[in-house]
Amino acid sequence: MPQLSLHRVGERGVTRTALLLFLAALVGTVLVAWVLVVMFGRKMEARQRFVRLAQVSEVTTDPASWAVDFPDHYEGYIATAGDRFYGGSSAMPASKLDHFPWLKRLYAGYAFSLDYREARGHAYMLYDQGVTERVTKKPQAGACLHCHGWISVLYRKVGAAALVQPTDTETLAANFDMPAVMRGFQELSRKPYQEVLELLQQMPDGTPTGEATPFPQAPAGGFTGEYAGKQLPEGHQSLGDAHPVSCIDCHEPWSMRTRITRPGFVHGIQALAAGDAPVPHLPSIERWRRGSRAKPYDPNIDATRQEMRSFVCGQCHVEYYCANKDVLSFPWGEGLRMDDLEKVWEDKDFPDGSAFFDYRHGETGAPVFKVQHPEFEMWSQGIHARNGVSCADCHMPYQRRGAAKLSSHDVRSPLATVTASCQTCHNVPEVELVGRVTAIQDRTAGMLERAAAAMTAMLDAILEAQAAGVDDATLAELHALQRKAMWRLDYISSENSRGFHAPQEAARTLAESIDYSRQATVLALRSRAPAAPDTSGLERRPIQGVSRPDER
Amino acid sequence: MTEFDDDSADDAATASRARRLTIALALSLGALSGLGAFTFGYGDGWAYLGNDPASCANCHVMQDSLDSWQHSSHHGVATCNDCHLSHDPLGKWVTKADNGFFHSLAFTTGRFAEPIRIKPRNRRVTQRACLHCHGDFVHALRDDHGDAPSCVHCHQSVGHALR
Repeated sequence: MPQLSLHRVGERGVTRTALLLFLAALVGTVLVAWVLVVMFGRKMEARQRFVRLAQVSEVTTDPASWAVDFPDHYEGYIATAGDRFYGGSSAMPASKLDHFPWLKRLYAGYAFSLDYREARGHAYMLYDQGVTERVTKKPQAGACLHCHGWISVLYRKVGAAALVQPTDTETLAANFDMPAVMRGFQELSRKPYQEVLELLQQMPDGTPTGEATPFPQAPAGGFTGEYAGKQLPEGHQSLGDAHPVSCIDCHEPWSMRTRITRPGFVHGIQALAAGDAPVPHLPSIERWRRGSRAKPYDPNIDATRQEMRSFVCGQCHVEYYCANKDVLSFPWGEGLRMDDLEKVWEDKDFPDGSAFFDYRHGETGAPVFKVQHPEFEMWSQGIHARNGVSCADCHMPYQRRGAAKLSSHDVRSPLATVTASCQTCHNVPEVELVGRVTAIQDRTAGMLERAAAAMTAMLDAILEAQAAGVDDATLAELHALQRKAMWRLDYISSENSRGFHAPQEAARTLAESIDYSRQATVLALRSRAPAAPDTSGLERRPIQGVSRPDER
Repeated sequence: MTEFDDDSADDAATASRARRLTIALALSLGALSGLGAFTFGYGDGWAYLGNDPASCANCHVMQDSLDSWQHSSHHGVATCNDCHLSHDPLGKWVTKADNGFFHSLAFTTGRFAEPIRIKPRNRRVTQRACLHCHGDFVHALRDDHGDAPSCVHCHQSVGHALR
């Protein structure tokens, strides 16, 4: 029956087409459903940045509690440790003293000549402070913890006690209470480091004690020194954990807005605002100056959101005095330039009335200043600050998570994130940008080496002058020049951008350092040289043309 | 007889299979069109056929571009489509379809580089869009050799400012 088979063949074709159509429709449905699900997720992300699950308060210092609501931010914070936390003595970063032997002479007589290493990420700030020989071998002040740990809760508790206010955990958890924080800071700044660290470890951190901390605690007593590997002395028990800088140091737990928690910064920025140094990169200060000035400048009220994205970093990445002869302070009253800071230290006296200095130089005995890490001040001199670019814009670039946008909390060199950090504004190839940065940094490093060579030559010349019995007046002059030369060299050497934050300012500073070193060297050599002959009788050639006919 | 019986049984089976297939096909096509229509509506699909700049930020990723356009000098005279679509009636829809598909694909799969950068083809579109309005003014700069700089090389912020 040919008709029937034909009919069947046709039927099979239709069946096959229908089957294919069915499968295509299935695949299409799955695809559309997937798009719908993704779209729904994106809409939710765009509408709601986070879901409140954990209740963090003013005593929740443990970042793991904040991680419940902010897993992406926390992930970045944890990443500051690297792929995992590298503890132990063998994992310590390279010694700068080995790499730059002149640093030992620069810091002679000061704890930095014992142990001075390359910096690590935020994760390591408390651990590394706990094991550095500067702290384990020499007595240090509690002021060090102003930055290296989450300290504001302790400040507030001690401050509240001093002001005769309640200090129970509920009260502490309820609000920030800046006056109490400021008072506690005054109380603890000059106390010994170990004492303040123990107090810090006893503070509630908002999580059950004994739970693992995100980062390990430093071994008590460090790796070297008197207490290395030993248990804490009798009666000195570690009752809890201390964390490095964490969420609560820059964020208000209720609103997550950035805020200032460090008393040193509050005093410093108030002094800057009250002064008359131009600060075109900080518009809120200029606005406050034009106002009634009835209340002191308050960064938590007056500063713009964009300024706060630099101010939170400026709580620590600055120049300061932090030893035990006076309360910690930022030298900003005269302005934020290198010479402004120097002037504040030159004019400052200790509470006992003696002239301020950081240490007596171990070789020449000159009273000198130690520069910390003036990143905020150097940034203030640069083109990026002038254009309103904040620290966070480059060091914590925006990342996209689906439809949401967040600042990377893996705070690090922008050279690791050129695309996100630089190319948002600079529409040029990455290799070109990196080339510009390395050119600036290499030039600065080159000038730094020249300044260092000039500094060591100066030390030799001063020592020779001292050995030759230089008079006191000349020696005082030599010491003053030495202090100026070393301040400038240390300023650029300790600042962590290798000149990039303000290339021309870095070059100016090093040029002045070289000048002062050479001035001191010349003065030292002259002090033991025979009297200079009279040069007034020497012939001065009159002005001629390009060349005289008889010289052709 | 026997043969006939077999055939009729066969036909009955075929008919019931065909019925099942028809129902399945109808259901699947119905699900696809229903879900598709809903997704299109949920994703505000119609908006993409219009000219409202806000619809470009429908998929969130263009929010920064929309914000910076609002800060730019051209926001009063040119919308997204004026600069980013061809002014040729056919080219306009080709460009729209091309970008619509690839933008959706990129944002759905999350496979795209940040910061977002314009593709060479779209750069040519914007360059022609500049000339569409300003051509008379810059005819002396005409690009005869393909090596003239693009307008936005210097006039970077005319379309997107204060990023």
